[in-house]
Amino acid sequence: MNIVVLVKQVPDTAAERALSEGDHTLDRENTDLVLDEINERAAEEALRLKATTDAEVTVVSMGPDSALDSIRKVLAMGADRGIHICDDRLQGADVVTTARVLAAAVRTVADVDLVLAGNAATDGQASAVPAIVADLLGLPQLTHVRELVLDAKRVRAERETEGGETTLEAPLPALVSVTEKINEPRYPSFKGIMAAKKKPVATIGLDGLFPGADDTGFLVSRTRVVEAVPRPARSAGIRVVDDGLAGRQLADHLIARKLV
Amino acid sequence: MSAKPLKDPLELFDIASVLTDEEREIQSTVARFLEDRVRPHIGQWFENAHFARELAPELGKLGVLGMHLEGYGCAGTNAVSYGLACLELEAADSGFRSFVSVQGSLSMFSIWKWGSEEQKLQWLPRLAAGEAIGCFGLTEPDFGSNPSGMRTKAVREGGDWILNGSKMWITNGGIADVATVWAQTEEGIRGFLVPRGTPGFTTQDIKQKMSLRASITSELYFDNVRLPDSARLPLAEGLRGPLSCLNEARFGILFGAVGAARDSIQAAIDYADSRVQFDKPISAFQLTQKKLADMTVSVGSAALLAVHLGRLKDQHRIRPEQISVGKLNNVREAIAIARECRTVLGANGISLEYSPLRHANNLESVLTYEGTSEMHTLVVGQAITGYPAYR
Ligand SMILES: Cc1cc2nc3c(=O)[nH]c(=O)nc-3n(C[C@H](O)[C@H](O)[C@H](O)COP(=O)(O)OP(=O)(O)OC[C@H]3O[C@@H](n4cnc5c(N)ncnc54)[C@H](O)[C@@H]3O)c2cc1C
Repeated sequence: MNIVVLVKQVPDTAAERALSEGDHTLDRENTDLVLDEINERAAEEALRLKATTDAEVTVVSMGPDSALDSIRKVLAMGADRGIHICDDRLQGADVVTTARVLAAAVRTVADVDLVLAGNAATDGQASAVPAIVADLLGLPQLTHVRELVLDAKRVRAERETEGGETTLEAPLPALVSVTEKINEPRYPSFKGIMAAKKKPVATIGLDGLFPGADDTGFLVSRTRVVEAVPRPARSAGIRVVDDGLAGRQLADHLIARKLV
Repeated sequence: MSAKPLKDPLELFDIASVLTDEEREIQSTVARFLEDRVRPHIGQWFENAHFARELAPELGKLGVLGMHLEGYGCAGTNAVSYGLACLELEAADSGFRSFVSVQGSLSMFSIWKWGSEEQKLQWLPRLAAGEAIGCFGLTEPDFGSNPSGMRTKAVREGGDWILNGSKMWITNGGIADVATVWAQTEEGIRGFLVPRGTPGFTTQDIKQKMSLRASITSELYFDNVRLPDSARLPLAEGLRGPLSCLNEARFGILFGAVGAARDSIQAAIDYADSRVQFDKPISAFQLTQKKLADMTVSVGSAALLAVHLGRLKDQHRIRPEQISVGKLNNVREAIAIARECRTVLGANGISLEYSPLRHANNLESVLTYEGTSEMHTLVVGQAITGYPAYR
């Protein structure tokens, strides 16, 4: 059994985040970078499956040098090996380029049974990468999963979105993207942290993944951020003092906003 | 200019730059665990004098318990990593650091260093996993700084030993599954492993403490406790046995104190930034800045001293008097810092909602146990002058 888990390093959500002035990409200079918390759960799910199926878990991350820290973190949690796609030309890559690169990296792993990813990363929030990767690899995609069961050659998943809940099933190999509800990730143990140093991490650039490809064709960015404005500050809410008519007022408020 | 206060006073020293990736990773893992599992409750636990025993297996899973020991289920990290874990633990509460110090450096280390293979196999894996809890009984009601006078006594009877006496101020005593107990014998001071439930061995927790309330401190009583010779730590002879363990624990403390100081300063910086008096944040007044600046310089020096001593320990060349230098300076500075931070918080400073006074109260114990500050002063004094001035 071979599992590949896709993870991204993102600015700490606990800290204030900023976009760089010029191209509105994330300002990585002035922020603490951490393993994305939803992706961390994808990694946890991979490790849980590893415990029951004896799978080999490969962690894949695309990002600058610092992304190696996130790979090491997942190795410390218990993954077996890492692939780090690191290439200056990927700075600011959009979702399609990112997915193409990740799909190419997954193809370098032999006999993959399951690709796991977070349903989103907390920085971009595009939520499109897992689906595009699945499409490029020709795999069934089970997205927004909050519960996952693997048996022999099939995967069954409980999918939960704002639209409702569904049970999905697919034959392996497949791609699954998880939500933050799926599990509580473990803390890496000290033994794991020390062992992680010795686990293999392959670093690949674009030339390694797409030999002979010509940059201009490949790196055409399909999207560009034209403008970025901060979210407006929250305005104060409405205070309803109950003088016996609060119920009425609440109902009127909801009706006026077409919420009921 | 929009002012943005420093989150962590140690940033000014870039302490991280003298640590390896692995050491930083271990430190941040402990910090994160405490953030999730301890910090939200610690005020309440301190108030209710509650020790969260259920966290022991979780600390075991992380690898915190006996982390600097090799083999027998221990993580086998370097000394600096152990120190950094203590730093984060004590930044949360000295009670947790005390639990970990006693478990790893006193109970487990005494078995690891002086025990038989059988004793190690019996106890170390369970202690490392946090499934069993250990304690270390040296201090007695009448013998604290001068343990060589201890009255607890073990006499041979056939192949067995009969243990009589009592121990006082024993961390984890009431919940320990195994006690390392030091006693006089005809051949001098020896150590014994006394399992909980051995007939004649009882404990009583000490109540009404104003310090280390989130940690258990107990009296141990031994009334004709019969022990087989296999309960004796075969390699420990004389006071060197317990003193070697204390050196391990003190090493953790000299890092831990930095944590309590750092956490107090963080609370003070944060509070001084948001508290407005006379139309200004109090952090904009010179007197407050002098406090914060002096304390930051002090905590940074303490941290650098700790890392330096850690490197010496990892090179196996640290001397006991150097550990005394670290314990003396870092605990003394930490308690002064915690008290000063309390003043920055004004009335709020006396509430358990903020950490500085809790740290200051905890540090009263830390100043006293593992060798009082006076004792460490005398050790340093002797190292300088050549004259022992203890008696
Ligand atoms: C919360 C807590 C937990 C503890 N946990 C443990 C434990 O797990 N195991 C254990 O064995 N012990 C433990 N102790 C005991 C601790 O190690 C002793 O309290 C300490 O060694 C001091 O002994 P004492 O309290 O008897 O003070 P004393 O030795 O009576 O000292 C009283 C004062 O006299 C001073 N003094 C003594 N002799 C001299 C001298 N020659 N010159 C100058 N000044 C001197 C001391 O510095 C101190 O200020 C704990 C203590 C506390 C408070």
